[in-house]
Amino acid sequence: MAVAVVAMAAAMPVVADAGVALVKYEVTGGESIAKSLTGKPGDAAKGRGLAIHRKKGNCLACHAMPIPEQSFHGNIGPDLAGVASRYSAGELRLRLVDATIVNKDTIMPAFYRTAGLHRVLKKFKDKTVLKAQEVEDILAYLLTLK
Amino acid sequence: MGIEQQGLKRHLRLGTIIMALIGVGLGGSIANAGSDDKYRAGDRSSGYTYAAKETRAMQDDDFANPAYIWIDQGEALWSTAEGAAGKSCSTCHDDAADTMKGVATRYPAYDKSLGKMKSTEQQINICRVKQMQAKPFKWESSQMLSMTAYVNSQSRGMAMNVKVDGAAAPFFEKGKAFFNERRGQLNMACKNCHEDNAGNMARANLLSEGQSTGFPLYRLKWQKLGSIHRRFRGCNKNVRAKPYGYGSDEYVNLELYVGWRGRGLPIETPAVRN
Ligand code: HEC
Ligand code: HEC
Repeated sequence: MAVAVVAMAAAMPVVADAGVALVKYEVTGGESIAKSLTGKPGDAAKGRGLAIHRKKGNCLACHAMPIPEQSFHGNIGPDLAGVASRYSAGELRLRLVDATIVNKDTIMPAFYRTAGLHRVLKKFKDKTVLKAQEVEDILAYLLTLK
Repeated sequence: MGIEQQGLKRHLRLGTIIMALIGVGLGGSIANAGSDDKYRAGDRSSGYTYAAKETRAMQDDDFANPAYIWIDQGEALWSTAEGAAGKSCSTCHDDAADTMKGVATRYPAYDKSLGKMKSTEQQINICRVKQMQAKPFKWESSQMLSMTAYVNSQSRGMAMNVKVDGAAAPFFEKGKAFFNERRGQLNMACKNCHEDNAGNMARANLLSEGQSTGFPLYRLKWQKLGSIHRRFRGCNKNVRAKPYGYGSDEYVNLELYVGWRGRGLPIETPAVRN
């Protein structure tokens, strides 16, 4: 309860103001989204697939991951092996939703954001890279990386 | 042009096969050839230094370089009279080896009458329309690529040296802003990949500095020559951003900034990249 109070005090409501119904979420302390975007648990097996998929997470473009059957892992970002020992679920969720909240200069795309983007191709306009449940699925997979 | 283009395609296929054979043969010797220092200037390096051995080998040998199909076509067009004035490029410019030397090092250049920057392609069309009274070439047509590559290749080995001060300064600033501005659903700027991550792997692709000194160049992925604006459009679309048009002010200004980023690098048109 004490934690929740601290979190509330530092709460920074984030507005999803893009005209489409983005799930509202709260960033606590500038570093975590504690609550699930959907209220449904993520599916780690699906999440692993989404992390590989080039038109979805495409995480391998930038990160090495313990996914040995895929060749050519990128090295733009850190190796994600063991990432769940370094971060909490809420911290990982925030990094998936919008990594620029943690580091405004990061190259990592915001996977659940439509606001403040410039010249988005029509096909992708007002759409997030990942759906809310897909964020939760990838998160469930990341949480297996202890 | 129909027959000529068919012929071009046939030659290309033949060229590609020959090139592949020679490429394999050269792989070893190039590996021993050592230094690629001439493709570096200060802290800047051409995409050549990031390219695979086999790709470099294709570029190193004019005979193996598939882009020479276009260079040859450009050379032929150079002295072909077209348009109502009955003139060819050579009517005004004689031998391209003399008169076009250095052009690629200073374009895009400020054009007083336009009040903005113009690229090599645009100067070629200005000449076609005004001097030759001929139809302008379409930007990504085989003729325009051939002529631009032929003109730019006359500067091979000379140092990139675009003028970015004086009248060019405001356009340079726009190009720089473009380079650094995030765009698209993936929200990335040119800078994110080509400045912050040059030398890193994006999946199977080794990111280079995004230098322009080899354009128009032969891209294995395209299986043909392509302009720098085609490359800009491709990079824009990859981050799910709306591209600008061929020859748009935005891309010409960007080309100027990109040229400046590559200052001192040798012109290598026609380069080969994957
Ligand atoms: C275009 C590059 C890129 C893509 C695509 C990308 N990331 Fe990242 N990611 C980075 C970079 C760079 C960092 C380093 C932190 C920073 O830049 O602030 C990072 C950091 C992270 C971190 C924190 C890791 C640590 O050890 O600090 C996590 C977790 C993460 N990414 C997960 C993902 C997942 C999951 C995906 C796919 C759904 C993904 N990333 C896609 C570039 C990327
Ligand atoms: C009747 C004359 C004439 C013809 C024909 C002509 N040009 Fe030009 N060209 C000019 C003039 C005048 C300039 C100077 C304009 C300038 O520098 O901005 C010029 C400049 C150029 C430049 C820039 C050279 C430099 O040193 O800055 C290029 C490149 C060029 N022409 C290419 C071509 C090509 C390619 C063709 C044929 C498709 C062609 N020209 C046909 C008159 C001509």
